[in-house]
Amino acid sequence: MRGGLWQLGQSITRRLSQADKKAVARRYFASEADLKKTVLYDFHVANGGKMVPFAGWSMPIQYKDSIMDSTVNCRENGSLFDVAHMCGLSLKGKDAVPFLEKLVIADVAGLAPGTGSLTVFTNEKGGAIDDSVITKVQDDHIYLVVNAGCRDKDLAHIEEHMKAFKAKGGDVSWHIHDERSLLALQGPLAAPVLQHLTKEDLSKIYFGEFRIIDINGSSCFLTRTGYTGEDGFEISVPSENAVDLAKAILEKSEGKVRLTGLGARDSLRLEAGLCLYGNDMEQHTTPVEAGLTWAIGKRRRAEGGFLGAEVILKQLAEGPKVRRVGFFSSGPPARSHSEIQDDKGTNIGEITSGGFSPCLKKNIAMGYVKSGLHKAGTQVKILVRGKPYDGVVTKMPFVPTKYYKPS
Amino acid sequence: MASRLLSASSRAASFLRISVAHRGFASVVNGLKYAESHEWVKIEDNHATVGITDHAQDHLGDVVYVELPEVGAAFKQGDSFGAVESVKATSDIYSPVSGEVIEVNEELNNSPGLVNSSPYEKGWIMKVIMKDPGELASLKDAGAYSKFCDEEDAKH
Repeated sequence: MRGGLWQLGQSITRRLSQADKKAVARRYFASEADLKKTVLYDFHVANGGKMVPFAGWSMPIQYKDSIMDSTVNCRENGSLFDVAHMCGLSLKGKDAVPFLEKLVIADVAGLAPGTGSLTVFTNEKGGAIDDSVITKVQDDHIYLVVNAGCRDKDLAHIEEHMKAFKAKGGDVSWHIHDERSLLALQGPLAAPVLQHLTKEDLSKIYFGEFRIIDINGSSCFLTRTGYTGEDGFEISVPSENAVDLAKAILEKSEGKVRLTGLGARDSLRLEAGLCLYGNDMEQHTTPVEAGLTWAIGKRRRAEGGFLGAEVILKQLAEGPKVRRVGFFSSGPPARSHSEIQDDKGTNIGEITSGGFSPCLKKNIAMGYVKSGLHKAGTQVKILVRGKPYDGVVTKMPFVPTKYYKPS
Repeated sequence: MASRLLSASSRAASFLRISVAHRGFASVVNGLKYAESHEWVKIEDNHATVGITDHAQDHLGDVVYVELPEVGAAFKQGDSFGAVESVKATSDIYSPVSGEVIEVNEELNNSPGLVNSSPYEKGWIMKVIMKDPGELASLKDAGAYSKFCDEEDAKH
């Protein structure tokens, strides 16, 4: 049964011809042995995880619960995700902040110690290299997490700029946290369950905030953040303690927090209107087009000073040509690359992510349309297998977010 | 999960008045013919009823939409005649036999989940008038299909 979802996708998928299928199968078998495993791999398998290749890792797409049930349970109770395939990184040194500010759109200098933000690494053209959650631990220590699929190119990019920066006398160095594993605990039970495992008062730690604290007997990096729209935490735990921590969380929740795989994680982030890098944001997408203008610090808008700033600041002044928006649609769920048309049948954009929302019980999607056609309520047609279906531009998030913020 | 599938297949068995072989998690039904692309076909005279197998629905997960063919449409063996959408994946479905569609399961428009809960019975997708009953020889019987599924799963 393992790998079955991937395999069924192969055997009855729409997009591949017979010849292509064989080519993909060869690639798959060639690389299967090379897939990396997180320290929780055996734990996943023992708990019924269906393991699939993802960004070079063997990861659970789901467990015994269906993706539908897992998604709903995260919002009603809670979910525990193994996200140890993601890359945690510390930048240290007295110039760590000015160094990072050359590469990202955030006002890093303006962050208070122990707080963080979603940001975007940009290229010279203002396009996104990756999105990342960054935290200012202290003025000389930034902690960040980048996507597994972007790890190699992100590290190469950072390293290249770090060499140049240091050559000019800048004080910055990095540490890649391969000795740690990242777990995400999300949902309304996240805080009450985690509170059983730490003496720290979690009610004092708000959305976006960061602490290094003892959890279940080991020193963890705790960030109140996530990728589901729910309240919750990402916990960077020493790898040798990761399985124990996962077990303790599930046990303290009395079975209500469930192990949750990448399938439900994708449904949850889509419902929350969050971008998946590689789908909803790519090398050619600017943060302005992606609707992440809010993440460009006020000072950064005035001063620039990051890669591609000219392009991005110009877009801010003139408005972008395309914009990321959400959709509800009828018929089959829209998927990435579905064409979007106006009522005359003219192409106005493309879907980048879409699916059936387990919580709303209807089709949701996000994609890019020409500016002017991006307003909520705009009627569109979305082509699925050549047939047009009714869609309407809709505000995101589709499901209200429940971040823990000071009242 | 195993028990749910077991009871679903037992219901199908009593309806079809045929015996059921349980293998692994997914069930197959004796007396049906199976394509390697995971569709089943049930023959009554020259009418063929087509659906997707328990193995297929189990791998796909929650089915949220079934794109049905048009009544009157003609398909050759191996042609795509529709699609099944689960929460995560879109899957083409291929006609195991050549023929003309005489009926589609309209119930699936409102209850696509019947494909999961009753893949061999209430979750049927289309009925066709077979053009060439000789094509059935190229399909697998329950035992051979079950073995095929085991071998496919074992590869991963």
